[in-house]
Amino acid sequence: MTDLHLPWLEASILVSLIGALVVSRLRDSDEARRWALGFSGIALASTIGAWLDFHELHVVEADDCWHLMTYIFGHEVLIIDQLSAPLLPLVALLYFLTALATLRTKIRRFSFALTLLSEAIVLATFSCKEPWGIIALLSLGTIPPLLELIHRRKPIRVFALHMGLFIVLMIVGWRFVDLEGGDQQRVHSLWAIIPLLLAIFIRSGIAPFHLWMSDLFEHATFGTALLFVTPIAGAYAAVRLVLPIAPDWVLRSIGLISLFTAVYASGMALVQREARRYFCYLFLSHSAFVLMGLEIVTPTALTGALCVWLSIGLSLGGFGLTLRALESRRGRLSLTDFKGLYEHAPALAVCFLLTGLASVGFPGTLGFVGTELLVDGVVEAYPYIGIAVVLAAALNGIGMMQTYFQLFTGTRYTSSVSLQISPRERFAVIVLAALLMVGGLAPQTNVKSRYHAAAELLHEREGVSGSPPVEMEMLDEDVPHDEDAHHEHEPEKGHK
Amino acid sequence: MLSYDLIFHLLGLCVVGAPAVLFATLGLSTLLRQRPLTERTISRCSQTAIVIGLIASVAILGMMLGLGRRHVPINLGTWVHIPDYHFVVKFEFDRLSVPFAILTFVLCGTIGAFASRYMHREPGYNRFFVLYSLFLLGMIVTSLSGTIETLFSGWEMVGLSSALLVAFFHERPAPVRNGLRVWVVYRFSDAALLIASVVLHHLVSGGDFDKFLGTAPWPDGKAAISGYEALLVGLLLLAAAAGKSALVPFSGWLPRAMEGPTPSSAVFYGALSVHLGAFLLLRVSPILQLSPLLCVVVVLLGLTTAVYAALAGHAQTDIKSALCFASLTQVGIIVAEIGLGLRYIALVHILGHACLRTLQFVRAPTLLQDRRILENAIGERLPRMPGFWERMLSERTRIWLYRFAIERGYLDSFLNDYIVAPFRRVFTWCDGMERRSTDLLTGGKSRESDRAETASGPLEELL
Repeated sequence: MTDLHLPWLEASILVSLIGALVVSRLRDSDEARRWALGFSGIALASTIGAWLDFHELHVVEADDCWHLMTYIFGHEVLIIDQLSAPLLPLVALLYFLTALATLRTKIRRFSFALTLLSEAIVLATFSCKEPWGIIALLSLGTIPPLLELIHRRKPIRVFALHMGLFIVLMIVGWRFVDLEGGDQQRVHSLWAIIPLLLAIFIRSGIAPFHLWMSDLFEHATFGTALLFVTPIAGAYAAVRLVLPIAPDWVLRSIGLISLFTAVYASGMALVQREARRYFCYLFLSHSAFVLMGLEIVTPTALTGALCVWLSIGLSLGGFGLTLRALESRRGRLSLTDFKGLYEHAPALAVCFLLTGLASVGFPGTLGFVGTELLVDGVVEAYPYIGIAVVLAAALNGIGMMQTYFQLFTGTRYTSSVSLQISPRERFAVIVLAALLMVGGLAPQTNVKSRYHAAAELLHEREGVSGSPPVEMEMLDEDVPHDEDAHHEHEPEKGHK
Repeated sequence: MLSYDLIFHLLGLCVVGAPAVLFATLGLSTLLRQRPLTERTISRCSQTAIVIGLIASVAILGMMLGLGRRHVPINLGTWVHIPDYHFVVKFEFDRLSVPFAILTFVLCGTIGAFASRYMHREPGYNRFFVLYSLFLLGMIVTSLSGTIETLFSGWEMVGLSSALLVAFFHERPAPVRNGLRVWVVYRFSDAALLIASVVLHHLVSGGDFDKFLGTAPWPDGKAAISGYEALLVGLLLLAAAAGKSALVPFSGWLPRAMEGPTPSSAVFYGALSVHLGAFLLLRVSPILQLSPLLCVVVVLLGLTTAVYAALAGHAQTDIKSALCFASLTQVGIIVAEIGLGLRYIALVHILGHACLRTLQFVRAPTLLQDRRILENAIGERLPRMPGFWERMLSERTRIWLYRFAIERGYLDSFLNDYIVAPFRRVFTWCDGMERRSTDLLTGGKSRESDRAETASGPLEELL
């Protein structure tokens, strides 16, 4: 396997872990935020470095140089590939911007140490391809939000029950996979597939296993809930654990259930009376889109789903941060009346619209092409039912505008203190807005990279029962490294 | 030495680029600057962009006439390309798109100049012009699009700017609710267009108009799909056009759109935006040709809309609503003309009607003054003669018709009672069930958000 030029992956995780340790010992909240920002910034830089380095190598997957993990575990655990390469900087960016946009009113309630710990776990999860490693890391990832709920003396039963079940099902499912010959064996019994499937449903919040998500948004801090859901770790688990071994009919079933969830959540979002719950359902609908596209194993749908994954990470991340910024100013935001906040924070209003529109695939934003590809792929797979995805997208668009009107329009809200956007928040939302616009105006690079990732995923599925061989054409001269790269999976080649 | 193709290309870039640069300038300044641009700067930017775009489009028209070319495609390259999907950014200058683009520049230019005075010192001056520039860009992209995806992009921009402009006076709840209503209808019409676009992609492996409407210049193209496929795609496109042009049963949003500032009402709902559905039908008219049944549906929809709008227009009590229904009557007739295959007549009808209606809308605020001048001139109240139908129909029928007209055909009530209300009931029930489930799992009340209303307060209360 090819090595990166520097141990970027290990650096990003280690920096976050050290950061968590350092920040946990600080008593002053302001100081904790400053340190957290520093560590999170370095982790972000490392992940960007890993992405660029990987891009320059033109290979299918690569690992860190110096092989620190090989000394510890006996083999390389942290790997970057076509799928994870842009997801790592996305995750790091979301954590960095969340820390950056945390206002003074919130810093006492928001735990920066737990956030950094959580960042380390999520980065490690997205850098890991080992099934048991992913299971362990996904299980660990549920601990920081749980600790926060306990620390804030909030009800934990709903979250703990769902996450406990998720962990048990993952372990049971993969144990059966192991007993049946591991993931090299392409045909597995339902004893292995069903528990894994249910685990993915729970973590992804697929109806009716989504109650934990709205409950988390109810009781955790907005920042914690946002960071726990926006990377869509459930989809990552689906890609790594289920996609390579599940027969086609199973994937199609997941696709249909996800489609139902997408429509259901978009409808539920419209009747919510509070902003956090609205965001939760909006996100749920979009993450169901991603899962649905991933399970329709056609090149177009898969490419669309991977594009939407990135775009909703950025757009709904920004959308959530905008709502969080408003919440910092007004407390919990009810959606039963007009708040009249436009005159106070026009920049937030613009960002709200921009990120919201990007999430629903408005032309000129990052989400547009991804949504088009996804719709194209879904309609191809389910010619009539697939139209429901367009309905869900339309409902999400309506919900977004309805919430915009409720928050920003109405009789001007009077306040004796300035509610203007702070420079930090402005920076955070402008960075996200710029990424969404630039990605939308020049989408080819992103789409091409996602197409390559889709090709790799389909390649990994070859030989699974019921799965027809998928022929993926090459794009241009910088893609065909695939052929060389496939050889790099062969163990006898060793490290370059 | 510049070749004609290069000149066409440069001029085409100016036509599309001028509104794009205007929108980018006004939009970015709103996002990045603490203080918005001054009124004078905004007005000058708008005028410059319009003049550049208009001169370039007239130059293209002149060159096309001079060189005898009926079709000038301008390909800006492949935006996205993967093996099963490609997205080409292509604009087409032909007998349909060039008049529409020139009409857009002329009317937007006129209204821009009018609005710079009408909106003087209005707190949302900058916001108005940002949305105006987005609308202009959307109109130009839609008019000149050479692929269905490009058309969809422009279509969405027009929809967004329209909804936000209806809600322009956002301190009051009524404009905001109406803006949301407009947005809802537009989203469903956009959904129909998106589905049509996807279906076409599958049928002809691409969204280029050349592929499914034929390579001959408009209106001589021959669609490359079967009659049944034409019916399916045509119905979807008709649904999209019906939403955008407020055809029955989506007509309810049009009078609601009059809550926006007069300049936007004039140029959007009186002149340009309301004709966009008809433009779409004209653009895809080779598809209509393939299915006689589809043509019949188009004619019937157009005539129904025309009769409905004529009836409703007679009972309106404010000038903007009366004008919008008058406008809709003509749009209905235009759609019927398209269904009958009278494409050039429909195009000329659109151009003439848009100009007349813009003038009427812009004059609307001075209606009372005009009436007073007339009455002073003749020295008495303006005479009111009973119309033909008034004499022919019984009183009972007239009362029924009046109620039907004043309630605008009960279209809004129908949508509210039979679509919105059941939808809300179903999902509110689901929300209730979710609440019970989480309460059960939690062992008590699980929703902190119920207290959102009492908890929310100004920042100083939280400190």
